[in-house]
Amino acid sequence: MSTAHATVKPVSLQGARLPKWAPWGVAATAIAVAVAVGLAAGLHSRVQWGLIAAVLFVLGTYALSAKVEGRRQAKDRVATSLVWVAFLLAVVPLLSLVWETAVRGVKVLDGYFLTHSMGVVADAEPGGGIYHAILGTAQQVGLATLIAAPIGVLTAIYLVEYGRGSLAKAVTFFVDVMTGIPSIVAGLFILSLMLMLDLQPFGFAGSLALAILMLPVVVRSTEEMLKLVPNELREASLALGVPRWRTILKVVLPTAVGGITTGVMLAIARIAGESAPVLLLVFGNNFINANPFEGAQASLPLYIYQQYINSAGSPAAYDRAWAAALTLIAFVMILNLVARGIARWKTPR
Amino acid sequence: MDISTQKPQAGNDDTLPEDAAMKHAPSAPAPGHAPATKAPAPRAAGTATRRGDRIFLGLSRGSGILLLAVMAAIAVFLSYRAILAISKDQGNFLTTFEWDPNSTEPVFGIAVLAFGTVVSSVIAMVIAVPVAVAIALFLTHYAPRRLSGPIAYVVDLLAAVPSIVYGLWGALVLVPHMNGLFSWLDTYLGWTGIFSWQGGPARSMLTVGILLAVMILPVITNVSREVFRQVPKAHEEAALALGATRWEVIRMSVLPFGRSGVISASMLGLGRALGETMAVATVLSPTFDIQASLLDPGGGTFAQNIASKFGEANEQGRDALIASGLVLFVITLLVNGAARMIIARRKEYSGANA
Amino acid sequence: MAKRIDVSGLSAFYGAHKAIEDISMTIEPRSVTAFIGPSGCGKSTFLRTLNRMHEVVPGGRVEGKVMLDDEDLYGPGIDPVSVRREVGMVFQRPNPFPTMSIFDNVAAGLRLNGDYKKSGLADIVEQSLRGANLWNEVKDRLNKPGSGLSGGQQQRLCIARAIAVQPKVLLMDEPCSALDPISTLAIEDLIGELKEQYTIVIVTHNMQQAARVSDRTAFFNLAAIGQPGKLIEIDETERIFSNPSVKDTEDYISGRFG
Repeated sequence: MSTAHATVKPVSLQGARLPKWAPWGVAATAIAVAVAVGLAAGLHSRVQWGLIAAVLFVLGTYALSAKVEGRRQAKDRVATSLVWVAFLLAVVPLLSLVWETAVRGVKVLDGYFLTHSMGVVADAEPGGGIYHAILGTAQQVGLATLIAAPIGVLTAIYLVEYGRGSLAKAVTFFVDVMTGIPSIVAGLFILSLMLMLDLQPFGFAGSLALAILMLPVVVRSTEEMLKLVPNELREASLALGVPRWRTILKVVLPTAVGGITTGVMLAIARIAGESAPVLLLVFGNNFINANPFEGAQASLPLYIYQQYINSAGSPAAYDRAWAAALTLIAFVMILNLVARGIARWKTPR
Repeated sequence: MDISTQKPQAGNDDTLPEDAAMKHAPSAPAPGHAPATKAPAPRAAGTATRRGDRIFLGLSRGSGILLLAVMAAIAVFLSYRAILAISKDQGNFLTTFEWDPNSTEPVFGIAVLAFGTVVSSVIAMVIAVPVAVAIALFLTHYAPRRLSGPIAYVVDLLAAVPSIVYGLWGALVLVPHMNGLFSWLDTYLGWTGIFSWQGGPARSMLTVGILLAVMILPVITNVSREVFRQVPKAHEEAALALGATRWEVIRMSVLPFGRSGVISASMLGLGRALGETMAVATVLSPTFDIQASLLDPGGGTFAQNIASKFGEANEQGRDALIASGLVLFVITLLVNGAARMIIARRKEYSGANA
Repeated sequence: MAKRIDVSGLSAFYGAHKAIEDISMTIEPRSVTAFIGPSGCGKSTFLRTLNRMHEVVPGGRVEGKVMLDDEDLYGPGIDPVSVRREVGMVFQRPNPFPTMSIFDNVAAGLRLNGDYKKSGLADIVEQSLRGANLWNEVKDRLNKPGSGLSGGQQQRLCIARAIAVQPKVLLMDEPCSALDPISTLAIEDLIGELKEQYTIVIVTHNMQQAARVSDRTAFFNLAAIGQPGKLIEIDETERIFSNPSVKDTEDYISGRFG
């Protein structure tokens, strides 16, 4: 039946294997050689040392494994080492981002910084704070949420509970399209409206652009959550003679409320860091402006940008930019963590 | 969602009319939509509840329509302002190497911006996609299980870091660190022209591309990781039982299954990179020309140009920026559309073999 | 070509949970050995310890000895990858590679190793498909995707894929449970033919099937939910089904529990 197989040689289960410590040995050797090469060639950048070590590690692994274990095992080991190298390479910039922001940010971050504006401080001088920017961001993001959250949740309810026709298909499609709108384009859209109405920059204009960015995120996440609500619950309620809209309000939404909250909070975290539309529409302001409906306002992400770009390398301005960045990251991270926490213990089962 | 299959199990006659109502309700049109097809609702309910239903349906349907209206408005208004601007343009909008829209004889074109946007995004993709796929594989197939959970969580969080923070980090931390790499590239690959360097600050397209790669890395990693996690165990075990090594399992069953998912994840990342504004605006020192070298400062992208030129622009200049924004909008729409088509195809594919 | 399996004192764990405890048995070459027993008794887990697939599950761990002729599968320096080449496996649900054609599916294992002649590949694929009684049904569409076949054909394709690399032992984990009666019959006939060359171990829930296809039958049971599964007895199939030596086996066979 299987004459074609006759030539197969007997296989031993006992493959030659490198010892368990071999990868570590190769890694240590690669690092040592890379440091030596780096010192000898006078390469200043540690990044280059790391790259040399990575290349040596991958090549060394392949050579050693191919010699001892055979080509298939060698390929497997190279894949493993490449995956590890890629991971470590990617960790470096991401860790550096978090680390630098934290270290440089704490320098001027204190109570004074959080409670004062830039009103009487020139950009290049030390002092001043971000109170006006926090206030602006809070108002703009708050108003955007007030617009986008109800519309987004209602749209999701339409899609999940009612929508089957061509309108629902169109909405689904354009929610996807909307997800991909670059934030600056949303800003340009509101800008074109302002040009027609001859309006000057003010906070609420920024809110409108942020709402456009927030809307698809809220719709998507709410949709996902509503789909998780089991149909049996809806049927049970309907079977009791409860009208559809009350079923949605009293049964479906309460079941999904944890997930919906999470989605809205993640959306807030996303728009709170947007600076491009705010730059076009709210313009920035060194003074405290508590009225989002009139006059230019500041905003936290925009503050970072302007401290960086307008100060011609003043260390004081850079310190403020880092401190504001740290504040912004902390806000976004806390929002994320809380949102995920809610998601974890409120997911409908 | 499949109500009809649950009906026999319910086996309760009382629920059947309600089930029917459920199935009809989605297609039952609300007033004002298509009155001709308005079927009598099977539920014998009082008018008060009917009104409640009608209001609620109206509200939720209205929200959907509002969303469509906003999208239409975006397209219409941007196009209108763009046409205003382009009609006054003395140069060719597509090929002019100049951006001077504020004068009485405005001359501006998007050639430089289109080039810079494409180049920086391509660099970002070339770096980010392989690394992101490797990290996703690391998290799903290589990392010790105790590590992979927390790492995945951190990567998730990194996707939420605002772009302006990446920009600040790029300008103040990344740029000084690029000098070593740049001089090395110049020494060994400078003869290509692409990697020649005159020694200025590293605020160039390559730095922008690397920064964009770092930014989109978490996005692509997250989506790819989800896809790799969904690879059916049966496919991996089939390869294992044939005597495949871990890498061979990945090549035989994980990568083929996840390929379209990775492509659409990359498209999402590309969409981000194309539209990224603040990170590019902080790092790049722009000029309005096209250079062969990726290491020398210069060039620009659509989004960066809008942010940088906005402050000095008069109304005419703003219209010109809106016109360039419209082009960016169309490009991102095409990229996202392509991603969506790939995802849709994947659904059919994986549905064929449960 | 077929090899004998000798298991002694084998226990398998999922993390801290002990799934099977202290199993010893001999599986004869060129015969069919069936594992029967109630759900959760560990017969599938035991089967997967025979080609080191158990340790693929996170937390999976094995103690004891599994001798394949004179090599211990769990001995030091043993490469699990080569073990799985020697001990092939067919799964409960047919799992052809969805992105590969019928031909590529069968050739997949050979291509991994690269120890074949290009010209011989088509021959081996044909032999394997004939061996799995599938050749006549698919010879005209070898380049079509394997996922386009019916469930029974897919399962036979998986068997062809497994025998293409010439294992010494073939493990089958409830290979017919996802199939209709006609496909099941085809697979059972095939098992009868394959035992001429291979050592075959089959897990089944269907006692008639065990009685039909196997030469020897092992009965597994567990004392209670959460307790590890144990081998109750192993004997000639005829004896197990007519006159088992342990009462539990008789109760299970006659349908008094399980």
